[in-house]
Amino acid sequence: MSQAPLGRACAAVLRRDLTLAWRRRGDIAMPVLYALIVTTLFPFALGPENALLQRIAGGAVLVTVLLAMLLALDGMFRSDIEDGSLEQLVLAPQPLALMLGMKILAHWLTTALPLIVIAPMLASMLQLPAAAMPVMMLALALATPMLSLLGAVLVALTAGTRRSGMLLALMLLPLCVPVVIFAAGALAAAQQGLPWIAPIAWLGAALALALVLAPLACAAALRIALDA
Amino acid sequence: MSSWIPLWLHKLGSPPTFYRFAGKLRPWMLALAIVLGLVALYGGLVLAPPDYQQGDDYRIIFVHVPSAWMGLFIYGVMAVSAFIALVWRIKLAEVVAMESAPIGAAFTLITLVTGSLWGVRMWGTWWTWDARLTSELVLLFLYLGVIGLYHAFEDRRQGARAAAFLALIGIINVPIVHFSVNWWNTLHQGSTVRLFGPSTMTDSMIWPLLTMMVATKCYYVFSLCSRVRADLLALEGGKDWVRQIAAGESAR
Amino acid sequence: MNQFLAMGGYAVYVWPAYAVFLVVLLADALAPVLRRRRVLRELRGRLARQAARQQRHADTPTDA
Repeated sequence: MSQAPLGRACAAVLRRDLTLAWRRRGDIAMPVLYALIVTTLFPFALGPENALLQRIAGGAVLVTVLLAMLLALDGMFRSDIEDGSLEQLVLAPQPLALMLGMKILAHWLTTALPLIVIAPMLASMLQLPAAAMPVMMLALALATPMLSLLGAVLVALTAGTRRSGMLLALMLLPLCVPVVIFAAGALAAAQQGLPWIAPIAWLGAALALALVLAPLACAAALRIALDA
Repeated sequence: MSSWIPLWLHKLGSPPTFYRFAGKLRPWMLALAIVLGLVALYGGLVLAPPDYQQGDDYRIIFVHVPSAWMGLFIYGVMAVSAFIALVWRIKLAEVVAMESAPIGAAFTLITLVTGSLWGVRMWGTWWTWDARLTSELVLLFLYLGVIGLYHAFEDRRQGARAAAFLALIGIINVPIVHFSVNWWNTLHQGSTVRLFGPSTMTDSMIWPLLTMMVATKCYYVFSLCSRVRADLLALEGGKDWVRQIAAGESAR
Repeated sequence: MNQFLAMGGYAVYVWPAYAVFLVVLLADALAPVLRRRRVLRELRGRLARQAARQQRHADTPTDA
């Protein structure tokens, strides 16, 4: 049996996941809709004063995006576990970490990217000043892959269990505390006109580390959770 | 086979031997914990003079600080045995890691509640987003995640391995959380109050604190022993040595 | 004694803190005792059922 070259295997996994996501377009819209609903509720709960909304806008958008991602995280490997294709992937000759990395990339493209695209709209609904907008996009662009990578490790760990929704949130919270702190910190600094490079740089460093380590950890976790 | 590991350590790793060993160790540790705890309480509540700034309120320190230390210490123990369990697949290490988690969570909970009781007068509010208190809350969530993941699996050993992996991710996360929470706290100018400087603690306050610390360590060993014993009985239900114990206890 | 119990006016904070410490640790100490008892009881039940089944199997051939 000849082994498919690595590049083609990666592309095949990515294409398969994107095709599957495209066939269920309604699921892609769900997190976006959820983020929109949550953002709409904030002014109703806090009152419509612009000054107050402006102060909380950055943090509110970040937390909303995080929760919307958490909503979609649960389904990252579910259909693959149900139809057994994840076990095939584990048995495949290609390195599992790389294949999982591709799956995480596909998941990020289908859930986080739409959220990043509508984030400016959500932020302007909450009166975030236009000057802080680029920093918010940068923070989101660095924070959402982090969350996808960290979330994937935890989803892999819960792969062998039946109920995982609330448990996943409980497990993710301690891991995403630093991400939220630095992303929101950069945003708050930008809003106050302070230098915001340092927290963004920390986020970038953490993302570089997670890009290398998380797929490996994800593969190890999946091996633990799948073999009985 | 590594020859540098002494034979008795190999033997201790077998469940029936450890069961007997833990049974012998347990009452001694409990006695030591109670005696040292009472001495520390007497020293802390009666002998130590009131603090010149905080009055008698500071006496919460004698349960708060040892509990906080234990919360971190038990997480360390859990992570080390989780590592051993994942690398060498020793059943006993899995059990020790998983049975440490509830004790650690209990100590972390005590730390949070006593810290909040102390905070009422220190900060004038039950809860404040002080760096240390927040880190402690995140630690509690880490413990709860490990416990929750362990119980989500139907197969106990598989659950133990998955939760052990989570505990290892957590131990990498703890310093990152601590660092980021500190950074966040300085950013937002939180109401951090130095609870005690190095010079304000006198000897009469320090010795009850250290005694209590030793007492909580002894208590941890005691609790771990009883938990591991109960868990080994449940895990090894089909084995002969467990049947003998079950038969022996029904005779009494 | 009363002065000791009053804790210089902070009794409301000091004593609950100690009570929480003792109650949580007591609960933590009792949990494994109860669990051990339950595990052994279930095990004895299983063994008794197994013995009864073996007894029945031993009896059937002589009846037939």
